[in-house]
Amino acid sequence: MTSLAKGEPAGDGQRQAGMPLLEVRGLTVNHGQLRALDGISLRVFPGEVYAMIGANGAGKSTLLRTIAGLHSPAEGSVLLDGADVTGLRPERRARAGIVMVPEGRRLFGSLTVQENLQAGASYARPGPWTIDRVYELFGWMRERRGQRTAQLSGGEQQSVAISRALVANPRLLLLDELSLGLAPVVVQRIYAMLPQILATGLTVLLVEQDVSQALRVATHIHCLLEGRTTLEGTPAGVTAAQVEAAYFGLASSGASPGGGAGPAGEGN
Amino acid sequence: MTRAATTAAGNPAGTALGIRVTRSQRNVAWTGAIALVIVAVLAYFPYLVYSGTTTILVQAFIVLTLASMWNLLAGYAGLVSVGQQAFVGLGAYLVLILAIHGTPPFAGLPVAAIGCGVVALPLWWLVSRLRTGYFAIATWVLAATIMLIIERFSSIGGGTGMPLPGFAGMDPTYLTAYTYWAALAVAVLAMVSVYLILRSRLGLVLTAIRDDETAARSSGARTGLARLLVFLVAAAGCGAAGAVLAISQLQVQPAAVFNISWTAEMAFATIIGGLGTIEGPIIGTAVYILLQQTLQSYNAWYLIILGLIAIAIALFARRGLWGLAEDHLKIRLFPVGYWLHDTALAPGRIPGS
Amino acid sequence: MAWVNAIIQGILTGGLYALFACGLSLMFGVMKVVNLAHGDLAVIAGYIAIGIVFVTHMPVLWSFLIVVPVMAAVGYALQRTLIQAALNRSVLTTLLVMFGLSIVIENGLLQFFSANTRGIGVNLALVTDSINAGSQIQIAWLLIVIFAAAVAVLTGLQYFLSRSRYGRLIRAVADDPEAAQLAGADYRHVFGIAAAIAFGTVALAGIAYGMYSQLDPTAGTDTILLFAFAAVVIGGLGSLWGTLLGGIVLGIAQQVGAQLNISYETLAGYLVFLAVLVIRPQGLITTGNQS
Repeated sequence: MTSLAKGEPAGDGQRQAGMPLLEVRGLTVNHGQLRALDGISLRVFPGEVYAMIGANGAGKSTLLRTIAGLHSPAEGSVLLDGADVTGLRPERRARAGIVMVPEGRRLFGSLTVQENLQAGASYARPGPWTIDRVYELFGWMRERRGQRTAQLSGGEQQSVAISRALVANPRLLLLDELSLGLAPVVVQRIYAMLPQILATGLTVLLVEQDVSQALRVATHIHCLLEGRTTLEGTPAGVTAAQVEAAYFGLASSGASPGGGAGPAGEGN
Repeated sequence: MTRAATTAAGNPAGTALGIRVTRSQRNVAWTGAIALVIVAVLAYFPYLVYSGTTTILVQAFIVLTLASMWNLLAGYAGLVSVGQQAFVGLGAYLVLILAIHGTPPFAGLPVAAIGCGVVALPLWWLVSRLRTGYFAIATWVLAATIMLIIERFSSIGGGTGMPLPGFAGMDPTYLTAYTYWAALAVAVLAMVSVYLILRSRLGLVLTAIRDDETAARSSGARTGLARLLVFLVAAAGCGAAGAVLAISQLQVQPAAVFNISWTAEMAFATIIGGLGTIEGPIIGTAVYILLQQTLQSYNAWYLIILGLIAIAIALFARRGLWGLAEDHLKIRLFPVGYWLHDTALAPGRIPGS
Repeated sequence: MAWVNAIIQGILTGGLYALFACGLSLMFGVMKVVNLAHGDLAVIAGYIAIGIVFVTHMPVLWSFLIVVPVMAAVGYALQRTLIQAALNRSVLTTLLVMFGLSIVIENGLLQFFSANTRGIGVNLALVTDSINAGSQIQIAWLLIVIFAAAVAVLTGLQYFLSRSRYGRLIRAVADDPEAAQLAGADYRHVFGIAAAIAFGTVALAGIAYGMYSQLDPTAGTDTILLFAFAAVVIGGLGSLWGTLLGGIVLGIAQQVGAQLNISYETLAGYLVFLAVLVIRPQGLITTGNQS
């Protein structure tokens, strides 16, 4: 298992100079007797698409849920724009700009599409995203806005779930397992929306089961295994072999000792 | 490395890993001996004390019986019934009906208990599909319905009730003593039954339900059957208590025997003593009697205070007074669990059973 | 004609029962709390109304203007403290706590007010007058007013839940409290609002019952809670209008039973309830989701 010094993700100089939008320091989370996350640290800078990858049970969703406030860490802290939000309840974090699209969509079943969006906008921050704008982004939605969400397809539900988060005008959008239960074509189409979302100034932290999908859309990737970080870097800066090793926890095969992206210029 | 789980049979599977599994044989022997002594002493009471004391004890035995039944229902099977007074009343009325037709009340007692168990079967069918909260109110409605039906029959006293026949000519001292022994017997039988049930395979299922119902069901345990059996046993137990009640009161009145306060008393006693523990009902009954004697029984205060304490304990000390004692003293009177002895280390104990 | 009268009486008392039931239904639909103290809280509201009228000499009919907000505030407070604490533990704990509360309230009332019954506004024309609509048909004005009030409350509730922002939030939180948190809603506060509304309707129910019948400490469970529950089950868990239908069915069953024999009234209602439980457990109206 390639180990990584906890702390600075490698990257280019611009990253190291600026202020991260999200910072996680030494996060340790327990589920009863099980240690789900062990001393995780990371930084996400504005405008990035930061992807968490790793096998089932690696702790990716737990990390996202902890950042969203649904789990309390045993140790460590979560900082938004430098401010410690570790003690904030989930709804306060949402109002502060950390909005999560939870695993499995979790739409409000007895509400229509429009009502789901209105619910999402209940505590919205000021910003460019409105229900109308979301209807423009997803062309089909306006016509079907009066329908109950159970009548939508999986991909459509996922779009509604994302929209519900968008209309809150988050600063940091957390996407938990978007691709779960969806056909690859549908997944691609949804991820194709990302650039338009990012263009409005959002930052995205996502969990993705499908590694190649993650590598396609991410600006940075972070691999977890059994609650620990095994790889950090940019898609361009890591080899397929390194990713595989980090994902499965194999003894390093050709990976550099520090893990992640080494000195600039190391390619695949 | 996690420790191996217990095996139902005992040692063999564990020894290879350096772990010995035993049932608490020695503890049981001691507790059993002490219990036997206590029961013997209690049985001797009619020769020792005034009838005032035995009357109080009869009441205590009734509440103890009811509480241990309610504990089985709510603490182990997850069935919160607030309609158990239905069986208390039915037990009383069955004894009354039998007595009217010539059966001596003490002989009618076991019949009443079994009768309640039988009646419980169709009632279970009526309410078993309801979810916890609605199940609770439905049992309340059932109890109210049964009372209303019974009140229809003037031959057994209608709405005002009637005295219990069958004791004409009996010496009051003997009657008091027999009543006392009947109450004691019912209470002992109830506690022994609960102990045996929880030690059995049924008990394993029940403890699993108590700890995590969804997990129990998905592991294949016959939870439906387990809950049905518990419901029947609890009905019989409450019916027996109701029979004792009728005998001790020498009369049966619907408003008294079908009163919700029976459920209140058994629920509060169990909660305060420790829901989901065998020892709980004993402690709870003791607290109840203490409060009642201190506050004079016909005053509503003891129920108010009992209720407030029960609410506080439900919120802050879920396993009741006995749970608190256990956590601090690390003893168990009626062990139904298993001991894990790590042969490499000093003997240890797994919590939770 | 006596039977026609019975049916009319039954329909109208259905309004009273619907008023009993909507608070119970709301608390279960939103917080998944079965409020066993529901009826007792209605009785308290009735006693408060009596007390207020006694002290301020205000017209009885306007007492609800004070009692409803007071009870709503009590509801919010109780939900945020006691009930939320119980919910955080488990469903079982919540049930036990609410049962405990019911017994404490009942015995508390017994202790302080004795078992004597009291009525509200017994001398009011509204309470005593009725319409004579033919031989053997006598319709109490009060019942008509209560029925109208019940319809108004249900309509208002339905409108509030489906159109307003808070109504939407309540429905969202009822569907998925965690997802609602992620959308920025404090579900504890939303629960509190729902409880406040429920307790408000409970207050109306208590006052209505005090006018229609007599209040006594045990009326909370003997009558109000069990009838409310029967109405909810007959009408279908999860449907507000269903509780009106359930109340009407219950009312008719009771009045028809009373026609056969005056003492069969309550029993007839329960027997119909049990029958529905056997034949169609979901009740007469089923919606796809909880209210």
